[in-house]
Amino acid sequence: MTEARHERAPGDRPSREMDASAPSEFLVYTIGLFVAVLLTATSFWAANTSLIWPGGVALGLAVLAIAQMGIHLVFFLHITSGPESTNNVLALAFGVLIVFVVVAGTMWIVADMNGNMMMPSGAPMSMRMQH
Amino acid sequence: MNLLGKLDWDAIPLHQPIIMGATAFMVLVVVAVLGFITAKGAWLYLWREWLTSVDHKRIGAMYCILALVMMLRGFSDAIMIRAQQALAAGGAEGYLPPEHFNQIFSAHGTIMILFMAMPFVVGLMNFAVPLQLGVRDVAFPTLNSVSFWLTASGALLINISLAVGEFSKAGWWGYPPLSELQYSPGVGVDYYLWSLQISGIGTLLAGINFVTTILKMRAPGMSYMRMPVFCWTALAANLLIVAAFPVLTATLAMLSLDRYLGFHFFTLEGQGNQMLYSNLFWVWGHPEVYILILPAFGVFSEVMATFSGKPLFGYRSMVAATMTICILSFLVWLHHFFTMGASANVNGFFGVMSMIIALPTGAKVFNWLFTMYGGRVRFSVPVLWSIGFMVTFVIGGMTGVLMAVPPADFQLHNSVFLVAHFHNVAIGGVVFGVMAGYNYWFPKAFGFKLDERWGKASFWCWFVGFYVAFMPLYLLGLMGMTRRMQHYDNLSWQPWLIVAAFGTAIILVGVVCQVVQLVVSTRNREKLRDVTGDPWNGRTLEWATASPPPAWNFAYQPKVAGLDAFWNSKSRAQATKDEPMPTRKYEPVEMPKNSATGFVTAFFAVVIGFALIWHIWWLAGVGVFGAFMTLLAFSFRRYSEIEVPAEEIARFERAHQAGVAA
Repeated sequence: MTEARHERAPGDRPSREMDASAPSEFLVYTIGLFVAVLLTATSFWAANTSLIWPGGVALGLAVLAIAQMGIHLVFFLHITSGPESTNNVLALAFGVLIVFVVVAGTMWIVADMNGNMMMPSGAPMSMRMQH
Repeated sequence: MNLLGKLDWDAIPLHQPIIMGATAFMVLVVVAVLGFITAKGAWLYLWREWLTSVDHKRIGAMYCILALVMMLRGFSDAIMIRAQQALAAGGAEGYLPPEHFNQIFSAHGTIMILFMAMPFVVGLMNFAVPLQLGVRDVAFPTLNSVSFWLTASGALLINISLAVGEFSKAGWWGYPPLSELQYSPGVGVDYYLWSLQISGIGTLLAGINFVTTILKMRAPGMSYMRMPVFCWTALAANLLIVAAFPVLTATLAMLSLDRYLGFHFFTLEGQGNQMLYSNLFWVWGHPEVYILILPAFGVFSEVMATFSGKPLFGYRSMVAATMTICILSFLVWLHHFFTMGASANVNGFFGVMSMIIALPTGAKVFNWLFTMYGGRVRFSVPVLWSIGFMVTFVIGGMTGVLMAVPPADFQLHNSVFLVAHFHNVAIGGVVFGVMAGYNYWFPKAFGFKLDERWGKASFWCWFVGFYVAFMPLYLLGLMGMTRRMQHYDNLSWQPWLIVAAFGTAIILVGVVCQVVQLVVSTRNREKLRDVTGDPWNGRTLEWATASPPPAWNFAYQPKVAGLDAFWNSKSRAQATKDEPMPTRKYEPVEMPKNSATGFVTAFFAVVIGFALIWHIWWLAGVGVFGAFMTLLAFSFRRYSEIEVPAEEIARFERAHQAGVAA
C-alpha cells in the first residue's frame, strides 16, 4: 500500500522525479482558478438573464454549482481517478453518502412530522389540548 | 460591569450536605494525590515522561486512567440513583431532592458515555493500534496529546460543576425546550455544553489522527486484508467519529447560540423547532454507540483468537460486518424518537433498518463462537469477560430488536425497559469489552500481568451484579415504570427496585475487586513480570516487541507476510530453530519530541470553558489568546524530532532477547 507515488500530504515537498512527470503546480492552480472564475461569472450572468426560460435558471445554476464542485475537487483538492488517490476518492464517497443521508433523512423526518403534528386548522397542536 | 460574570459565593452549594460531602471527598483525593507526588518528588518525572509525552502508549494509558477515574464518579451517581429509587416509594421522598436527583442522572449519563466509555475505547485504540500496525507512532503525535488533554479538560469541567454551580438537569442529551434558557436558567446546561464541546473537539482530532494512521502508516506488507480485526474496528469507529462528531458540535453550538445570544433554533417561540434538536442529536448519538461498541468487538476478536490458539473464524466476514455496521449506523437514528410524531412510513423505514443492523452483529457472534469451537480455550480473565459479553450482549441485542418494532416501542419508550436495554448493551458490550482489553493489554503496557484471582472475582461480581441490577428493570418497564423518577406511588415496584439496588451493590464489590486487583498486581509485579513480551502466546504484532515496549516500539520495522503476522513469524522461527539468528545492525530512530502543547492548550480550554459558563467574557478572551499563542509557539518550534542512537536501541534489544531466551 505504500507504492502510492503521487499521493502526498499538503505542504510536503514533491520529490524530484515526481516533479518531472507531473504538470507544474502553478499551471494546475491557474487553470483551476480560471475555470472556477468562469463558472462563477456564468452563474451571476445566468441568475439575471432573460435569454433562457425562467424555470430553467434554477436548473442551470444547479448544473454550474456541481461543475464548480468538480473543478475544486480536481484542481485544488487533486482528486484523480488513478490508483494513488483511492483513499481520497473513498473518503469523499463516504462523506458524500453520509451528508446525503443526514440531510435527506432530516428533511424527510422533519417535514413528515410537520405534516403529521399539525391540526387541521394549520396551527401546531398544543400540548395542553391532548387531554 | 461585573468582572466575575455570574460567579459569586452563592455558586457553591454550601447548604446541600451531600454535594458538599462529595466535594470535600473529591478535594481530599486530589490533595492526597498531589501530596503523594510531591512527597515522592515525582513532579519533574511526571511532567517529562507523562504530561508532555507524545508517545501513543503513554497517551493511551492516560486515557484509560482518566476513564477509570471517571468510572468511579459515574458509578457513585449510579449508586445514588438506585438508592433513591429503592427508598422513595409511596409517600417517601428518599434522600435526594428533585433538582439534585435530576443533576445526578444527567451527570451519570454524560460521564459514562463521554468521559468513561469514550476515553477508555480511545485509550485502547491509542495503545494498541500503532503497535498492531507495526509502526512507531500515530500520524500526528502532538495532535494526539492535544486530543487527550482536551478530553481531560471536559472531564475536569464536569467535576468542577459538582463544587461550583450545578450540572445540567436536562438529561444527558439536553433536549430543548427544557435545556433552553427559559426552563434552565442556571449554569448547569452551560457546563454540559462546554464540557461536551471541548472534549468533542478532542475526540474529533483523535478520529482524524487514527483514520490517517490506519490508512497511511502500516508496516510494509500489511495490506488492508492483513490488518488485525481490532484495527479494522478502530478504522470504522474513527470514520464514524469523523463523520458524526461535527454534527454534535454544530447541534450544541446552535443550542449555545439560543442560550447565549437569543437565537431561536430550538426555542418554543420565534419559529424554533425543538424536534430538530432531537433529530440532529441522534444523528450523532446513534453512530456514537457504534463508535463505542465496534472497538469492543475488535477486542473480543483479538481475545478469542489468542486464547483459543486459533486464527479468527471468518476474518473476511468480520471485516465486512464491521464496515456494514459503519454505514448502517447512520441509517437508524430515528428509532430513538419513534414516538415523537412521525408517520408510519418514516417509523417503518427506520424500524426495518434498525432490525437489519442486528444481522452483521449476529454474524460476528457466530464468528466468535466458531473461533472457540475446536480450539484449546484458556479461561483467563479476558476470555471470561468475552464470554460474559456474548451471553449478555445477545440478550441486550434481542431486546433492542424488540424495541425496533415501532408499535412495541410506543409501549416501551421512556420506560425503564429501555434503561435496562441500553445498559444491557452498554455494560454487557462496551464495559465488558474495555475490561477484556484492559486485562489483555495491561501486561504489554506495564510489563506485568494483572492478578488472575482478583480479576476473576471482579468479573463474576460484575456479571452477576449486572443481571441482578438490570433484569428487574425489564420487568418494571413492562409494569409501566417510566425512567428518571425521583419518587413514585406504586408500591408494587419497590421490591424490584430494592433487588436492583442490591445488584448495584454486587457491582460495587466488582469495582472494589478491580481496584484491589490493580493494587495487588502492582505489589506482586516482580512475580507477575512478563519478560518475553508475549505473555498470552499472541498472534498480532504488538506481542512481537518487549513489554513495556520501548518508546520506538520496534527496533526495526516488521515485515508482514500475512494475517496474524507475529504468529506466522513465531511458526517460522520454530521451523528454523537450529539455525543461528542473523545478527542485525540497528539504525538510529527519529522520534517525535515531547511537547507541552497539549497540556497548555487544554489549560486554556478549561479557562475558556469556565469563563463562558460564568459569562466572564474578558477571561474567555484571555483563554482564546493563550490557546492561540500556544499553537503559534508550537508551529514555530525549530526541532520536532530527536534521534535515538542505534547503540541505545541495540542495548535495549539485547536485554529483551536475553529475557525471551531465559
